[in-house]
Amino acid sequence: MVYLTRKIEFSASHLYHNPGLSAEENRRIFGKCNNPHGHGHNYTLEVTVAGEPDPVTGMVLDLKELKAILEREITERMDHRFLNYEVAELKGQIPTCENIARVIWTLLEPKIMQGRLHKVRLYESADIFAECYRNGVSPA
Amino acid sequence: MSDGLKVVFGRRYRFAASHRLHSEKLSEEENCRVYGKCNNPYGHGHNYVVEISVSGTVDPATGMIVNLTDLDSFVQGEVIEAFDHKSLNEDVQAFRATVPTTENLCIEIYQRLKHFSLAKLERVRVEETSNNAFEYAGEEIQDRVTVH
Repeated sequence: MVYLTRKIEFSASHLYHNPGLSAEENRRIFGKCNNPHGHGHNYTLEVTVAGEPDPVTGMVLDLKELKAILEREITERMDHRFLNYEVAELKGQIPTCENIARVIWTLLEPKIMQGRLHKVRLYESADIFAECYRNGVSPA
Repeated sequence: MSDGLKVVFGRRYRFAASHRLHSEKLSEEENCRVYGKCNNPYGHGHNYVVEISVSGTVDPATGMIVNLTDLDSFVQGEVIEAFDHKSLNEDVQAFRATVPTTENLCIEIYQRLKHFSLAKLERVRVEETSNNAFEYAGEEIQDRVTVH
């Protein structure tokens, strides 16, 4: 098995707010992330696909194809967007790194036709990230 | 959620510390040969980066596995305060009898953090420099280097 990883970056704004909680609880739990006008990050996304190299092409999947999938599914959907208001898949969810990583997994998994999606790692900053992978699969 | 997906939250921390790699089980020559410059008797230092990964249920009310502030204060209390601007050999009890290689540092940090009650500790990654990284995910270690 070979694992290939492609990295993309996108910039987006968000805020953390649960309408089911009081203003005080929102501030206590989410701190600065509860600022009503939102704030932004430069996100870095690492997408890892696992598979065997094709004997003819030597590729697990064509990187051009993966690049096009990431552009279509992620960049066009999330880059320079306000995640709370402009990304339908995040409606009703707090757009934390954890939830965005899960949404990204759900968007990408059915689109990867060669190899299989192995891991998604989303950095909100250099020091904060979330990973998503199938239960029981080693993330290494 | 029962969608078969696992979500992990990761956070990176930094501390600066000194250490010296020296085993009482080895002769002066062997220490010098095995550890090279790291055996310099006065020690030397690194800017360590510690990456902590935890897993758990993403709380629908918060979107979080664990609140960053809770993880931060736990790691700060258990690891950063104990190691930052310290001599690992002299100031950390565990390394008075164990060579403070970054392998052993990974294990020590794991042991200090595995009791975190708000999420499951998945793994500890320590970068000694930007070129050297070590990871530990908690299997039983039988042959930790111990100096008697």
